[in-house]
Amino acid sequence: MTARVRAARSSRRPAETPFRLPPQPGEVIDRSRLVPFDWDGRRYVGFAGDTITSALAAAGVRTFSRSFKYSRPRGILTASALDPGCTVQVGDEPNVRASARRLAAGMSVVPQNVWPTLRYDLRSVNKVVAPFLTAGFYYKTFMSPRPLWPAYERVLSRFASGGWTSPDAIPSYYDQRFTHPDVLVAGGGPAGMAAAVEAARAGARVLLVEEEHELGGSLRWGGAQELEALGRLRADVAQAGIEVLVDSVVAGRYDDNWISIAQRGLPDVTERLIKARAGILVVAPGLIERPYVFAGNDLPGVMLSTAVRRLIDLYAVAPGSRAVVLSANAEGDAAAADLDRVGVEVVRVLDARRGEDVRRALGRGTLSAVEVADGSRIDCDLLVTATGWTAPTSLLNMAGNQPVWDPLAARFRPGEGLPDTVLATGGIVGDGSVDELVAHGTATGALAAARAGFGSAAVVAPLSPHPHPALFRATTHGFVDFPEDVSSKDVMAAAAEGYDSSELVKRYTTATMGPTQGKLETVNTVAVLAEATGRSIEELGTTVWRPPYAPISLGALAGRVSPPARYSPMQPWHETHSAVPLVAGEWIRPDSYGDPAAEVRAVRSAVGIIDVTPLGKLALHGPDVPNLLAAAYVNKWAKLDVGSVRYGVMCAEDGVILDDGVTGRLGAARYLMSTTSSGAATVWQHLESLLQTEHPDWRVHITPMTTAYASINIAGPRSRELLTRLTDVDLSADAFPYMRVRTGRIADVADCVLWRIGFTGELSYEIHVPASYGLHVWEALLERGRDLGVRPFGVEAQRILRLEKGHLIVAQDTDGLTKAYDAGLGDLVKLDKDDFVGKPELLWQHEDGAQQSLVGLVPVDPSIVPAEGCQIVDGATGILGRITSSRRSPTLDRSICLAYVLKQYAEPDTVVTVRLPDGRRIPATVTPPTHFDPEGARLRG
Amino acid sequence: MFRIPCPYCGPRDATEFRHQGESRNRPDPRTVTRGQWRAYLYEKDNVAGWTRENWYHGVGCRRFISVERNTVTNETRPAAAAAGAVDPVLPGAEAGAPDADSTRR
Ligand SMILES: [Zn+2]
Repeated sequence: MTARVRAARSSRRPAETPFRLPPQPGEVIDRSRLVPFDWDGRRYVGFAGDTITSALAAAGVRTFSRSFKYSRPRGILTASALDPGCTVQVGDEPNVRASARRLAAGMSVVPQNVWPTLRYDLRSVNKVVAPFLTAGFYYKTFMSPRPLWPAYERVLSRFASGGWTSPDAIPSYYDQRFTHPDVLVAGGGPAGMAAAVEAARAGARVLLVEEEHELGGSLRWGGAQELEALGRLRADVAQAGIEVLVDSVVAGRYDDNWISIAQRGLPDVTERLIKARAGILVVAPGLIERPYVFAGNDLPGVMLSTAVRRLIDLYAVAPGSRAVVLSANAEGDAAAADLDRVGVEVVRVLDARRGEDVRRALGRGTLSAVEVADGSRIDCDLLVTATGWTAPTSLLNMAGNQPVWDPLAARFRPGEGLPDTVLATGGIVGDGSVDELVAHGTATGALAAARAGFGSAAVVAPLSPHPHPALFRATTHGFVDFPEDVSSKDVMAAAAEGYDSSELVKRYTTATMGPTQGKLETVNTVAVLAEATGRSIEELGTTVWRPPYAPISLGALAGRVSPPARYSPMQPWHETHSAVPLVAGEWIRPDSYGDPAAEVRAVRSAVGIIDVTPLGKLALHGPDVPNLLAAAYVNKWAKLDVGSVRYGVMCAEDGVILDDGVTGRLGAARYLMSTTSSGAATVWQHLESLLQTEHPDWRVHITPMTTAYASINIAGPRSRELLTRLTDVDLSADAFPYMRVRTGRIADVADCVLWRIGFTGELSYEIHVPASYGLHVWEALLERGRDLGVRPFGVEAQRILRLEKGHLIVAQDTDGLTKAYDAGLGDLVKLDKDDFVGKPELLWQHEDGAQQSLVGLVPVDPSIVPAEGCQIVDGATGILGRITSSRRSPTLDRSICLAYVLKQYAEPDTVVTVRLPDGRRIPATVTPPTHFDPEGARLRG
Repeated sequence: MFRIPCPYCGPRDATEFRHQGESRNRPDPRTVTRGQWRAYLYEKDNVAGWTRENWYHGVGCRRFISVERNTVTNETRPAAAAAGAVDPVLPGAEAGAPDADSTRR
């Protein structure tokens, strides 16, 4: 009522609805609820339950779009989700299927693909351009000359433009769900509903998925008998405890019955992708009515019989005023009867079973007359065709089943050979009365339940198809593919050019490649090809159906945006101290606190602390840990004393560097291994692989500790002074020398691990404290070190510090081909060990000599910092190496690099040429990798 | 997405596992030639049909297992503990799943 009041108050008078019929027995509209909306700038009012096109058809709108290539006016053909000419823009949302989308109050609907406007007739223009748009026009027209491609792209994008999205649109909410039904029924017609009910009654958990807004399939637009059966089946479904999804479509079937479902019509969710692992899949999609090919078959006013019945029986809309009906089956006869019942004048029924036929549809913009095969001409505004059915065998095809042509029924049907976990029922299998379809569904549901482990096995009596005349094309040429604007003439032209198989014609003409993906077009395309080549449809076969069966939005495929992120316990401090975040894999960590150069100077002159919590940490326990370390690392581990740490490098079996880090021995059989931050998961898996597959006799237990500890590196000449204030561990140089590990209390926190190592080249301690005390220890260090000049430093400062020191970073200064000897780590490799991962390759690399060396490099002009990745070149084409790390060093006040060069250029003081990204070539001098404090005096002090 | 029969966790989605390649024995590093070693690293049989592979159940029990898979249909089945099995260490799903503790203590 309020909607009515609001509509009446609107300054714009809504359009009249002269085609709305009095109430129909099966109508799905709610006449008590008016829904105002706009179409192409004008106000209309429909009823709740109307689709966009049914509401507009009630007002007499006949044209909903212009076609893709020829800009021909298009109207309602199927009145279903497949309607090829009824794709519209709703608000910000493009490509809405207007014959399936229900009205919502206030919808702003505009046509798409209207160039220049919906009403302007472009036929005279088409006559000029049509010759250029024939079969294979993409290939012929747009191939050459190459310099014209940008122009072609602009033309193509105009053709392809399907609506628009606003950059200001509020992001939609998408969703995903996982479910595991025992039986999943795809299709909620009579057979599908009966199958679902029977499977549920046997005790199976059943999910019933229906593409339309209600269950029922063709029963919904049937007579009294069908509507009564529909009521009974719906009551059974409601009582059987079945989960029912409507306005949802099974989009694909993958291995082991992994089923994707696009669910729509949810509150606040644009679309949800359901991933179902179904025990048994029952495929029950019914049949799709096939268009007929003749001249003018795309004129608004030419409709399928099922479209007529949907409009009349579901939406109480008269599809026209004067009708001609071409019928080859009971559905066509029923459409004629429906038209007659509601007062649409049926001028002529052409019975295709007796050889009667149409020749062409005539009209400017919309249908105005039909030319019959005998040459007579009948004025009309509605031509109804009922010339056959297509079985949508998609899901069966995805399960490995090849459809076969049944010439008697004039349609493809499921072939032999389905996995035990997939069954089919209903119209896709055969024809029958409502009772016969329900009986087949019931038996199939019982069999599905039995195969899923519920109830006893059932026998399914076969459901045979009824004979049907084979009708595809009249004596004239018309469209076989409406959305792609491909005509029967194009298919014949392609055949004449030698594209004589179904798959080739599909690709050459783009027939069946539009939004409906062949559901309306495939059989006619194959039939016309058969006619052109003198072969049979059986011989040609159909094209392969691939997922998705129906369009799914990219948003649903992407799902909810929730990337995993890991933070250290010190994150709250970082956030309140202007940390610049760095995304490092899953970790978000401070890149700097605003001034990396100042942070570097603090470490070199006083003391700095860095949050290194993301460092991988693995606790290793057991008597065979030394064996594991010896197998995993290239260096030796047998003589690692309790209280010592050692740097190690791991290679893969191909000799390529996998990871590096230090491992410390905390007790007799207790070790703590550190890995790179990004390598933590890989190393853990690698070690488990060694233990489980190569050495199951070794007694080692690995416990990942990465997030159990918060880790802090305290670096700088005053680091000892700072840490001494907070710990009971004796830090004196004699008691705790370089490369040693201790355990003790820090800032009153027990069970901390301290190791004295130095990635930065300074005296430094890496401490691992129980994670829940990480923030406490971090704040204590800053508080107690204030007079020492302590300041936090981030990843960027650490990268500069280690580059000054010449320490490589795995995956920065190594890549997927870098072996140990390339990276200057040869001294670590102990080839006298019996075995270790990668030993054979490293042995051969040692024998052959590495081709390249990791060296330091300093540009002669100290103000130039070459970008990482710059190549070291020789003449015009020769590549001698590449720069892997480069920074400006605040300590040395110049640019410094790490680089690979061929062996013969690796001698210090060799001058090489670096090619900058802008093409400039600059000289640079090779140095040892270590740019700062090569003797390591600061480190060991 | 097909399923893999894990002897510890039952049939699970393949996305929970990491493919470790065809099951094959590591050559003896003391005697191996370059050709043999590189064949081990890089040359896969890549059969069209049933093959025996190793998978790592990283999102489950974190065990390395052997599975037979038909590379044409993606059917999977537990690796038979047949005589001459490539890698007797990795458990298939034969009756009586191996004692997880027997290999690690
Ligand atoms: Zn498992």
